[in-house]
Amino acid sequence: MTTDVLIAGAGIVGAAIAAALREAGAKCLVVEPEIVGGGATAAGMGHVVVMDDSPAQLALTEYSRHLWDALPLPPNVEREHRGTLWVAADAEEMAEVHRKHALYPASEILDAQALYEAEPELRPGLAGGLLVPGDSVLYAPCAAAWLLRLSPVRYTAIETLTDDGARLADGTPVSAGLTILACGTGITRLLPSLPVKPRKGHLAITDRYPGFLQHQLIELGYLKSAHGHSNESVAFNVQPRSSGQLLIGSSRQYGDDSADIRPELLSRMLRRAVEYMPRLVDLQVIRTWTGFRAATPDSLPLIGPYSDRVWVAAGHEGLGITTSLGTARLLADRYIGQPSAIPAEPYLPERFA
Amino acid sequence: MPSTLVIGGGPAGLAAAWAAAQVGDQVTLLDDNPALGGQIWRGGVPAAHQRFLDPSITVRTGVQIHSANQIPAADRLILATGTRERFLPFPGWTLPHILGAGGLQAMVKSGLPIAGKRVVITGTGPLLLAVGAYLRKRGAMVVLIAEQAPFSRIAQFTRELWREPAKLFQAAQLGWGLRYRADAWPIRADAGSITIQGHGKIPCDYVACGFGLVVNTELPALLGCAIDAGQVVTDSKQRTTIPHIYWAGAGSVDRSILEGQIAGFDLERARPLYPARDRALRFDRRIDQAFRLRSELSNLAAPDTIVCRCEDVPFGAVWQQRDWRSAKLQTRCGMGPCQGRICGPALEHLCGWPASSVRPPIFPTRLENLLDERR
Amino acid sequence: MIRITINGRSLEVAAGTTVAAAVMTIQPGFRRSVSGELRGPLCGMGICMECRVTLNGHRHERSCQTLCTPGMEVVTDA
Repeated sequence: MTTDVLIAGAGIVGAAIAAALREAGAKCLVVEPEIVGGGATAAGMGHVVVMDDSPAQLALTEYSRHLWDALPLPPNVEREHRGTLWVAADAEEMAEVHRKHALYPASEILDAQALYEAEPELRPGLAGGLLVPGDSVLYAPCAAAWLLRLSPVRYTAIETLTDDGARLADGTPVSAGLTILACGTGITRLLPSLPVKPRKGHLAITDRYPGFLQHQLIELGYLKSAHGHSNESVAFNVQPRSSGQLLIGSSRQYGDDSADIRPELLSRMLRRAVEYMPRLVDLQVIRTWTGFRAATPDSLPLIGPYSDRVWVAAGHEGLGITTSLGTARLLADRYIGQPSAIPAEPYLPERFA
Repeated sequence: MPSTLVIGGGPAGLAAAWAAAQVGDQVTLLDDNPALGGQIWRGGVPAAHQRFLDPSITVRTGVQIHSANQIPAADRLILATGTRERFLPFPGWTLPHILGAGGLQAMVKSGLPIAGKRVVITGTGPLLLAVGAYLRKRGAMVVLIAEQAPFSRIAQFTRELWREPAKLFQAAQLGWGLRYRADAWPIRADAGSITIQGHGKIPCDYVACGFGLVVNTELPALLGCAIDAGQVVTDSKQRTTIPHIYWAGAGSVDRSILEGQIAGFDLERARPLYPARDRALRFDRRIDQAFRLRSELSNLAAPDTIVCRCEDVPFGAVWQQRDWRSAKLQTRCGMGPCQGRICGPALEHLCGWPASSVRPPIFPTRLENLLDERR
Repeated sequence: MIRITINGRSLEVAAGTTVAAAVMTIQPGFRRSVSGELRGPLCGMGICMECRVTLNGHRHERSCQTLCTPGMEVVTDA
């Protein structure tokens, strides 16, 4: 079997790459051992969000958000421009609001009163927040399927990389000019030297409560908890879906490879949510689950060549939905040899060589 | 004093709790219904089995188990979470006058007046007859019992019943005077009627339908017990594959009671009951065989027939998906509050998809109930 | 007898009656489905979630698993 580009992984990143390279004129084959959008793509919140842990992260998320907005997504992707509301609990977090405001285009500072007008269910005593109206939410498994609608998918895994491509788990040899690995945490099975580690998360979803919540809400304390080096952290992070359901997160954990729910961590996560939104206690939770973010040491993804014939696109951690389109664009630009809209260097895998 | 916890207060759970009390255990019985009895004995435990209501048993009703660590500690855990009905989607099955067969019976036992109402009962299995007899006793006009199984299979099964005279007598008593027809199944429902294969459109107030029983395996699966082909795997003492966890029920009343007693007793008192339980099991298998679903039923659902009632997903959106998980992720089928309990067994029949994994909460629960979970 | 209200309408039911049975005696529908269909109880035993109502202000409660208690306020979506 011969193809121009072999893509491993039919998650949102692999799907976006297939769409972009197809548009660039390459013949692509996607291989996926399970189902389309069934890994971290399905496990996450589907939040398209600008973030600024580093200038490179800001550049990639902002660029990607712009690319999402340019896509004519079908209704089943349930895209809504809910906007992100970063919630500040105290003066220290308000300082962070002001810092972000300077970085995020069209963002809006809310004082306490404006915060409660925007989200009346928040507990009293909070300081304010930053509204980023351009951020959106979407349903990523259907987005992945839509991006893949024109690309052939073969349901098997790559067993091993070969000199001219790969051998698939079903025994088929594939000859490919280029192989792109977009298989999230699974990438270290094929390239063990890459510094990608699973970072487990929990989520819960409720029954339908239309109108309970208007924006994606994230506590700014998140910055302290998500980036601390403690092994386990939780943060208040809730999202209204177009169905009226609420997604409630989030937790971060290293060193737990089991997909099982950790009841005490789930409870801690939900207690954090209730601290911010007391009336959540009354809502019916219909499902909980876990997923694995592919994390790198510097919180930036690996996008670019690993060798001449093998490129990687992995390690997007919690921003895979957002940055999938930017990732795909960077690789497509490289493939056809045109300059990119943002510098590609910060994401090159060689930084860990 | 060793402790036994029983979850599920139907015939199997009650028998198990009683048996465990007989061997000197301190017994607690939990059930999520407002009262004991399960579905079969909803509205009261029959006089012949009143002994199961042993006063030494601590009973707590209205308790829903949604996760593993909510289960109180005990030396022995007996699960008797029973069965639910299987529904097969047909055009119009989501109309409010269509209920489960056991479902309508449960509603009547819970206070719904049925006297003078026209009822059509359809689907499959001995339950249809039992429901018909019950509803008639409560004053309903049972217009027709439409059984999907072929007449030849029912006739053969009835002949075999000569070996079980008590069962034959029971069936005759239940069915006497009821209009019971084989080779008949629902084609479509419209407001105020049901159309039955071979019998045309029948005006009615209610339709009671059910296509056999599905074991409620969610809790045993959550606790790690092996499940095979929709049944909890047990040994002859009703032990599951997890130490100290037993399983009982999920068949006829006779078998459920025997399984409950075997699970609850010590080995010495349980062993003499094995032959009777095995005989009941074989009888249940014959029932399953006689009332197995005919192939025509796989074609009842039209492309626009809703399969997932929680999310209103039509069959046409689902059937070409790769598997159950793809159907869930791409169409929302099974992602609503029933967690796939209704559409899952239907799609198992229609598409051959096995049930998927189980996660807490196994029932929707108020968020407040999840704030104190521990390992 | 127990007195409850369903959508503001007062109703007397016998002790031991479930909320689902009480609602069903006066109206066929319990809720509107996602696409707007009128729905009522299917399983009658706490599995299918079709009988969800608002009970004393708590939304999405299963009416078939709840007994009527004096003064209970039931609100249906349909």
